Amino acid sequence: MVVGVLALLSLALLSVYFRESDNGPLHGAQDAGATVMRPFQVGAERVARPFRDLYGWFDGLVGAKEENERLRAELARANQQAIENQNAAQENRDLREALDYQDLPGLKDYRPVNTRVVAQQSPQFSKQIVIAAGSNAGIKKHAPVLSAGALVGEVTKVTADTALVTLLTDESSAVTAYSIRTGALGIVESGEGGSLALDNVPKEKDVTRGDLVATAGSGVERLPSLFPRGIPIGTVTSASQTDTEPFKQIQIVSMVDLSNLDVVTVLVR
Amino acid sequence: MTVDALKAVAIVFVAVVLQTSIVSTIEIRGGTPDLLLVTLVAISLLRGAIWGAAAGFAAGLLLDTASLARLGETSLLLTVAGYWIGRYGETTGRDRSHAPLLSVAVVTVLYAIGALALHVVLGDPVDAGRVLVGALIPGVLLNLLLTFPVYALVRRILGRPEWAAQEVRLLG
Repeated sequence: MVVGVLALLSLALLSVYFRESDNGPLHGAQDAGATVMRPFQVGAERVARPFRDLYGWFDGLVGAKEENERLRAELARANQQAIENQNAAQENRDLREALDYQDLPGLKDYRPVNTRVVAQQSPQFSKQIVIAAGSNAGIKKHAPVLSAGALVGEVTKVTADTALVTLLTDESSAVTAYSIRTGALGIVESGEGGSLALDNVPKEKDVTRGDLVATAGSGVERLPSLFPRGIPIGTVTSASQTDTEPFKQIQIVSMVDLSNLDVVTVLVR
Repeated sequence: MTVDALKAVAIVFVAVVLQTSIVSTIEIRGGTPDLLLVTLVAISLLRGAIWGAAAGFAAGLLLDTASLARLGETSLLLTVAGYWIGRYGETTGRDRSHAPLLSVAVVTVLYAIGALALHVVLGDPVDAGRVLVGALIPGVLLNLLLTFPVYALVRRILGRPEWAAQEVRLLG
C-alpha cells in the first residue's frame, strides 16, 4: 500500500515536472531545495578537495617526466607561434579599422562569472554538473561555460543560486565548430566512451591531427549562435575517411579534463 | 520510532550530499560508486520494506533536488528498490550474513536497467552499451567495496533490526 502510494506520487511528480514550464511550482520548489542544500554541497566539496588534489598529485607523477619533455617542446612551438600571432593580430586590427568591419559578438562582449562545481549527476546517464551560481549572478539559460579558457558546456537550467551545466560529452550536446587552421566547419558531439567527435565535415575539407577546433558562432539573424566565435574546444587527435561514409571521422580531445572540473567560468551578457 | 526516523533522514541527507558532491565525481574503469544506493540497501535490510520504500522516496527526491534532475525520476526507482530490498531483508535474507552483499550486487544491476528503461521512455539519448556493459561491472564492484563499511556504520547508528531483537528476547 505505502509503496504503491509513493510510487504513484513519484510518477505524478515526474509527469507534472516534465510538462510544466521552468517557472512552474515544482521547479520553484526544486529551486528552493537546491538553495538550501548548496551550502552543504559546497562544504562537502571543500572537505574533499585536498584529498582529491592529493590523488591528482600522485596520479600526475606517473609519466610526469615524459609529459615534461612534451610540454617543453610544445612551449617552444607556442612561443614561436605567439610572435607570429602578435603580428597577425596587429595587422588584423589595422585592417578592421581601415574597412570599418562589423563583426559578430565576440568574447569581449561577455562578462565572466567564475564559480565552483558543487554537484554532479550520475555520469552513466548524463554528463551534467551543478555550479554554485545562478540567476542572482546574472547567469541565463544557454550561456557558454568555460574552464581554463576552453569551452566545456552550456547552462541548461538555472535556479536562483545554482545552475545545471550540460557538458560537451553529454549525448544531447552539439556545438557548431570549425578548424582554426582551415576553417572546415562541423559539429562537435559526444563520441565513443565519453570522447568528443567533430561530425558533418565533408570529405573534401582539410582537417588533420593537431588542428585546433573552436566554436564557429553564427551570424544568421533568425538563428543566432548560442556561443561567440572563437572559444577553443579541443585538438584533433585523429581524422580519417572511408569510401562509404559521406563525412570524415574526426576525433577530438578537449583541452580540459571534463570529468574533473573544479572551477568554471560562465559567460554572461 | 521517531528517533529512528530522524536518524534515517539524517543518514539519507548526508548520503545525498556526499553522493552529489564527492562520490559521483569518482570514475574508475568507467564505473562510479553509488553511495546512496548502498546506504538505502543498509537501511532497508535493517528496518524492512516500509522504511525502505520511504527512505528510497526521500533519497530520490533529495538527490533530484540537489542535482537539478527531473523531480520524481530517482524517487520512483529508489522507492521500488528500497521496498524490494526491505522485503528480502524481512524474509529470505533475514539471517544471512551475505544479504547486504547480495542485495547490493542485484539491486545495482536492476537499478541500472530500470534507470536505463526510464531514460529511454522519457526520450533521453542514452548509450545503453556504456550503461549495461562498460559501467555496470565496475559499478557493481565499487558498490560491493562500499557495502561492509556503510552497512556497519548504518547498523551502528540505527541499531539492530527489530525482528532480531525480538528473537533474542524469545530465546532468552
